[in-house]
Amino acid sequence: MKVDCLVVGAGPAGSVAAKEMAGRGFKTLLVEKKQEIGIFKRCAEGVTKHGLEKLGIKVNEKSIANRIGGAILYSPSGKYVVMEGKDMEGYILERKVFEKYLASEAIKNGAMCMVKAQVMDMKREHGLWKAMIRTIDGEIEVIAKIVIGADGVESKVGRWAGLNSINRLTDYHSCFQYEMANVKVDEKYIHLFFGNDVAPCGYAWIFPKEFSANVGLGILEKKAKMKAIDYLKKFIGEHKDIFEKAHPVEMNAGGVPVAHFTEMVSDGVMLVGDAAQLVNPIHGGGIVRAIHSSIIASEVAEKAFNSNDLSKEMLKEYEKRWDEEYGEKTEKLMKLRYFLEKLEDKDFETLADILQGEDIFQLTQAKMSFFLKKLIKKPSLLLLAKKYLM
Amino acid sequence: MPKVNDKCIHCAGCVGTCPVNAITLNEFIIEINDKCIECGICIKFCPVGAMEK
Repeated sequence: MKVDCLVVGAGPAGSVAAKEMAGRGFKTLLVEKKQEIGIFKRCAEGVTKHGLEKLGIKVNEKSIANRIGGAILYSPSGKYVVMEGKDMEGYILERKVFEKYLASEAIKNGAMCMVKAQVMDMKREHGLWKAMIRTIDGEIEVIAKIVIGADGVESKVGRWAGLNSINRLTDYHSCFQYEMANVKVDEKYIHLFFGNDVAPCGYAWIFPKEFSANVGLGILEKKAKMKAIDYLKKFIGEHKDIFEKAHPVEMNAGGVPVAHFTEMVSDGVMLVGDAAQLVNPIHGGGIVRAIHSSIIASEVAEKAFNSNDLSKEMLKEYEKRWDEEYGEKTEKLMKLRYFLEKLEDKDFETLADILQGEDIFQLTQAKMSFFLKKLIKKPSLLLLAKKYLM
Repeated sequence: MPKVNDKCIHCAGCVGTCPVNAITLNEFIIEINDKCIECGICIKFCPVGAMEK
């Protein structure tokens, strides 16, 4: 089969890329290695409303498992800070539904789509990509002018294209999650728990859904004394008030890249979403960035097709535009991440005290001036702040 | 070469952190090929302890 564009992976990034490309009139094939789009999630399913709205993504009602008004952050001793406001409004999605919805939008736009179709290898031949795809009907060969790699943290497209898409352990959260029923929390908020014995270099979360909740955590190996699953079991055991009669209905794991993107393009190849490590390094959320990357990538791909030049140099405009949009912000967030990773439990207690009533959401957007003003009054944190944030 | 035990839930996190592209998730099976340099990174990463020396 010959196509203009082969999209590998039908997560949010892949389906939006396929929708955008097919909508521009390019012959587009979307392939998903699993037999079903939307499973198995490696995600807590939270997304901010404004994040999707600014990209023009309408979420269908059935994809929304719960509406959230804010977040509550807990220190190791149980002090808490509430984050609320318009920016904090969000959805807990049902990704099984949401991803099928996004794929259906791509198909409606004219994209072809195959499930249980795994790209086994990909080679550059005569200025085109030749992909060998294993399907339920046997192996097929697809010749594509451009390949969009939306194949997640384990991106093989990136590796076949010679891109540096390896997730280094220092920037790669090891995550484990249960979806549990009968979790007793205020379901209008997401709940985030910090502490070196809770989730070293990360946090534990409870994201309430309609009749269940995603309960998980992410850690970095460098400070971890045990596996993510063991930290989560400990967390659940220590919060009897929340989990006493709760039981799992699903189990998830995965890696979350909390890094700065590196290489995103090669000749006839663009990486989007997790494949390019496009995740907010502070909270680890990746859906909005994944979708945004696919929108930008498709615009650049169209331009490249129009100038009949799909070379790396031409496609670099995607990297450039990504950098303009997210580069500086991500750099600042990486510094904030390093700062947070150095904190001891007593520092989290101090932060819980000084951040009461503050608009902490700004921190996730790399707006830190208010934070620095607060830290200046705390000598114990000032040294760290000077090292990482100033 | 590491061995994958029954705890594996196929999240493919190890595939994404293998520095030499020696791991592949095929269907529900994690396969490690002979490119493996036994660096142990996958063992360190695995959220459920499914990778063993």
